[in-house]
Amino acid sequence: MTRLAPWLYFAAAYCFIYLPVGALVLFSFQEGGLPVPPFKGPSLKWYAQVLGDDDLMDALLNSVVVAIGSGAGAVGLGFLAAYGLARHTLPGSVVLRGLLIAPLTVSYLIVGLGLLIVINRLGLGLSLWTAGIGHVVINLPLCFAIIYASMGAQQQNAERAARDLGAGEAQVVLLVTAPMLMPAILAAFFLSVTLSWDEFIIAFLLTRFDVTLPVEIWSLLRSGLSPALNAIGSFVFLISVMIVLALELLVFGRRRA
Amino acid sequence: MRNAARQTLRGWGFTAPALLWTLAFFIVPFLVMGAMSLATLDGRTLVWGIRFDNYAELAGKAYLWRAVVISVEITLTVTIVSVLLAYPLAWIIAFRVPQRWQRLALLLAILPFWTSYVVRSYAWLLVLAREGVVNQTLMGLGITSEPITIANTRFATVTGFVHFFVMLLTLTIYANLIQLSPNYRRAAMDLGANAFQTFVHVVLPLTLPGIITGAFLTFVLCIGDYVTPQILGGNTELTVPQVIMVQLGRRADFPLAAALAIVLMGIVTLAYLACARWLRLDRL
Repeated sequence: MTRLAPWLYFAAAYCFIYLPVGALVLFSFQEGGLPVPPFKGPSLKWYAQVLGDDDLMDALLNSVVVAIGSGAGAVGLGFLAAYGLARHTLPGSVVLRGLLIAPLTVSYLIVGLGLLIVINRLGLGLSLWTAGIGHVVINLPLCFAIIYASMGAQQQNAERAARDLGAGEAQVVLLVTAPMLMPAILAAFFLSVTLSWDEFIIAFLLTRFDVTLPVEIWSLLRSGLSPALNAIGSFVFLISVMIVLALELLVFGRRRA
Repeated sequence: MRNAARQTLRGWGFTAPALLWTLAFFIVPFLVMGAMSLATLDGRTLVWGIRFDNYAELAGKAYLWRAVVISVEITLTVTIVSVLLAYPLAWIIAFRVPQRWQRLALLLAILPFWTSYVVRSYAWLLVLAREGVVNQTLMGLGITSEPITIANTRFATVTGFVHFFVMLLTLTIYANLIQLSPNYRRAAMDLGANAFQTFVHVVLPLTLPGIITGAFLTFVLCIGDYVTPQILGGNTELTVPQVIMVQLGRRADFPLAAALAIVLMGIVTLAYLACARWLRLDRL
């Protein structure tokens, strides 16, 4: 019995973890109009409906654009700051690092609320741009921390060698440091993209007419349970899993090999 | 000397864009929000000033104060339950699952983590709704004859949260457990401790910083979340983020929303101070 107990717990835990995802995916193939038992089907009609829905597909495209754009912005800014702080002695560098990390300690809701208040005061309009700015704010600390942590003496020696051989600062950064840090840069980029792709509250507060996918799904939720929501949810899950697997194989797989 | 000055200048050049971004889009909005919390609304026009009317309103109005209490209660429940459920799972993966399957077991344990954030709460609604999986199963097995109300209760909110944070905590606690040298456990066993004593006196104290760090992260993410209580808890018991959204939407009362946000940060700060001596945020 005591030998078996851990495995029973193990099985129960995985059932708990997979229960909602299982229900989500299973009833996305529901034949009827409600995603609840009994299961009838399988049918792909909800996927057809979802993929043919212009609003949803526009929102999906918006999400991709915002995720990649804000991911690139956050990685770019984070990389430059990490290089600046790791390779140059700046006065008050502990304070500067703290400042760059600070947004991590605050709820997304508060980051979004602060930006919303300022944008309202300045009389500017809300758009995908404002949501993108918010996403860079929340992802920049992560990108900075990941890249900063992986800047070691090994790269520094290569950078010195490059400088001795006559490379300019820009050449050193672009041709030596960045390629050597590529695993960390890619990890930071993929993490930012996944977090932005999934982010709801900032996008909800900072967009108006053009919205991202989570915001569009949110507005569909008001009409209650529907297999169409299951279908779009499963579809989004599939995309996220593919990004995670790509990250696992491309970045971490390579590092282990 | 001039070379050193030029080096410093260059360092600023690299660091400045990220600093300016954080200043312009995080620090300044944050300060404006703080100032906003001290402003008041006269009808629909905003009056700047240094007045604590919003905070007084928060202390004086029962529904606002209740939101704070409910948020703290839910968050504490979620944090404690999640740690208690995740620890054994992380333990089993670290010490019972064969080495070469551990990475897969861990990957599988956190895969649903990547379900879209909004969709994850909706998925729990499917399970817990009146006609949902749990009720149909209970009735099918003849345990209950009528559907029981699970959705739109605090239990549903807590379940949704616990599901999410069990995955997160399993990952962080596992990372702590495998860093632990097996020698500590062997030494304790050699000195005559049984499995339970080894756990209580050796493993638990050594993994406590990791647990507290994970619990703190859970606390912070949970107390600031709007989506899960809104979808699963419904409008029966409002949490602070839900009340903030009500102020922003229907009432357009930005000063009160800002004050509530400041209170939320205050609670997080208190939580931080309570566990600061164990926190290892740099090791996340």
